[in-house]
Amino acid sequence: MNRIDAKFAALRAAERKGFIAYICAGDPNLKMTISLAREFERVGVDVLELGIPFSDPLADGVVNQLAAERALRSGTTLAGVLDAVARLRRAGCRIPIVFYIYYNLIHRHGVGRFAREAAAAGVDGALALDLPPEEAAAYERAMKRAGLCPIYLIAPTTPEKRIAEICRHASGFIYYVSREGVTGMQKTVSGSIAPRMAVIRRHTSIPVAVGFGVSDPEQARNIAQHGDAVVVGSAIVNQIAKGRSARAVSRFVAPMVKAVNDARPRR
Amino acid sequence: MQKSIKTVPDNGGHFGPYGGMYVPETLMEPLQELAREYEKARRDKRFRQELDYYLREYVGRPTPLYFAERMTDELRGPKIYLKREDLLHTGAHKINNTVGQILLAKRMNKRRIIAETGAGQHGVATATVAAMFGMECVVYMGAVDMQRQALNVYRMRLLGADVRSVTAGQQTLKEAINEAMRDWVTNVRSTHYILGSVLGAHPYPMMVRDFQSVIGLEARTQILKQEGRLPAALVACVGGGSNSIGLFHAFLGDKRVRMIGVEGGGRGIRPGDHAARFQRGGSLGVLQGTRTFVLQDDDGQIMLTHSVSAGLDYAAVGPEHSYLRDQKRIEYTYATDDEALEAFQFCSRVEGIIPALESAHAVAHVMKNARKLRGVVIVNLSGRGDKDVMQVADILKLEK
Ligand SMILES: Cc1ncc(COP(=O)(O)O)c(C=O)c1O
Repeated sequence: MNRIDAKFAALRAAERKGFIAYICAGDPNLKMTISLAREFERVGVDVLELGIPFSDPLADGVVNQLAAERALRSGTTLAGVLDAVARLRRAGCRIPIVFYIYYNLIHRHGVGRFAREAAAAGVDGALALDLPPEEAAAYERAMKRAGLCPIYLIAPTTPEKRIAEICRHASGFIYYVSREGVTGMQKTVSGSIAPRMAVIRRHTSIPVAVGFGVSDPEQARNIAQHGDAVVVGSAIVNQIAKGRSARAVSRFVAPMVKAVNDARPRR
Repeated sequence: MQKSIKTVPDNGGHFGPYGGMYVPETLMEPLQELAREYEKARRDKRFRQELDYYLREYVGRPTPLYFAERMTDELRGPKIYLKREDLLHTGAHKINNTVGQILLAKRMNKRRIIAETGAGQHGVATATVAAMFGMECVVYMGAVDMQRQALNVYRMRLLGADVRSVTAGQQTLKEAINEAMRDWVTNVRSTHYILGSVLGAHPYPMMVRDFQSVIGLEARTQILKQEGRLPAALVACVGGGSNSIGLFHAFLGDKRVRMIGVEGGGRGIRPGDHAARFQRGGSLGVLQGTRTFVLQDDDGQIMLTHSVSAGLDYAAVGPEHSYLRDQKRIEYTYATDDEALEAFQFCSRVEGIIPALESAHAVAHVMKNARKLRGVVIVNLSGRGDKDVMQVADILKLEK
């Protein structure tokens, strides 16, 4: 079984919510990324989302743009990140890993080759954020053949008919983007999550992760009531930007993990 | 009227293997809504009439097809006609598209307009129509472009637009588009994004082409009237590709008419020194919503570009151009910065017309190849060069 499916099955059995941490691979270098992955696993992060740095991250806010710039400056490439994942796996790291990636990087690498090499390295899924299902036929075939989960986004602007269609394509988990906008931290949590989640639930039983803008344990706990997992990105990347050590970053992450794990579904 | 080549794109915006919709999920429904609304509008007689009205009374269409007699004499090659888009209100072809799109925005009850701009001509054309219709307008522009096209920045601000400087990356058109897309993702319910060329996700490449195709429709009628025959060749510069496709489109079915697109050759075809996507360094990629030829490295990172002309200084080309190149219907070549600067001065001196640096690339091609070109040639003078005068003065002074 794919590590993502296994993880969500275990979370479900334990009646627990998952915590997904996003960082940009290679920020500020791949050595730090490897340390962070191990630290995150230690403090109970359930899924690691690794951004692959791209020159034109048009879906990202300024925090993640700067992270991508730092990563590119340290010479990070897709091949380098694959190698880092392989090293993590050899060292016994078992956290499910999902690539958050702009499609041009996959396209340039070759869709089939990307899926094969990612699977061989120990990657579990990918979220190609500018690749909607309409354009994804070849990619999906390659991903499924390699045993990887193609993960899709659903947005507040996605109408129900489209939600149903996306649910038919998704595997691993679905990522519900809780607000319109680019990645980045938010002071308040969007109020429309619950009704949208109900619509998604009508069309699929695969886990739904909710994210975009979560930045503290309180928000994480609130969001966790609605979904199966919570994604936190920019807030963590912001810690890395301040030059904190992997240990210090994990101390920042740990309370959020706990808040999410302890959250109960709202009845 | 014409055959298969005119049936592209399909419903998903594909021109053969090019085009499509490669955007974050938040934008998929708004883009599909835009495509639906555009389909309705273009079949709506009242919309057509309103568009024609503004193009005629406000923008100044039709533009002349002017026989450039002295240029023809000097070059001793083809008989050269200039399609005078430079005479339009705001000084470039860009306004053909912004008028169409703002009418569409009005139909869709969007009260806020955003745009990107490179040379500033599209930004000015957007700010202008936003002012005319009383809408809020934000224009994103790379900091480097703001410097080299300072006059247009001031014009936009006079017109009431909020011009926002973009300092990421190489601070030119590509980064301005990234920032406009970020704004759109965030404010999509209230905002229409007026994209300025045949770029981005469907329906933009098709819609902008349609709005610009008035250039060629006029030119075709005019040349038949003035010369009694079709031209041997059409020449236009290719940034994103809107003025060129606008001129070419009505002639696609005229098999004997050659079409030549001229890209920004910059300092020469070396990595980072040019913006000629169909030359070395260009390959199939996906950038800013569309699948097309892109200047990128082996890892898929977008390369730096350079052109003296801000309007040509961009890493990707409109997807329909990639398609028509495959079909061998359009030929693509480039002119360097130096050649364009020479053409800029030549056109000014012999015709009394100061062309935009972008358009000077098209003139440069005709200058270089005067002996090889025969018959009647139409050059798209996509814009006027007032905006470039200071920049050119600086460059020429430095070189002396
Ligand atoms: C006068 C003029 N011509 C040409 C261009 C290039 O764009 P396109 O290839 O879309 O016509 C620009 C872009 O700013 C322009 O201002």
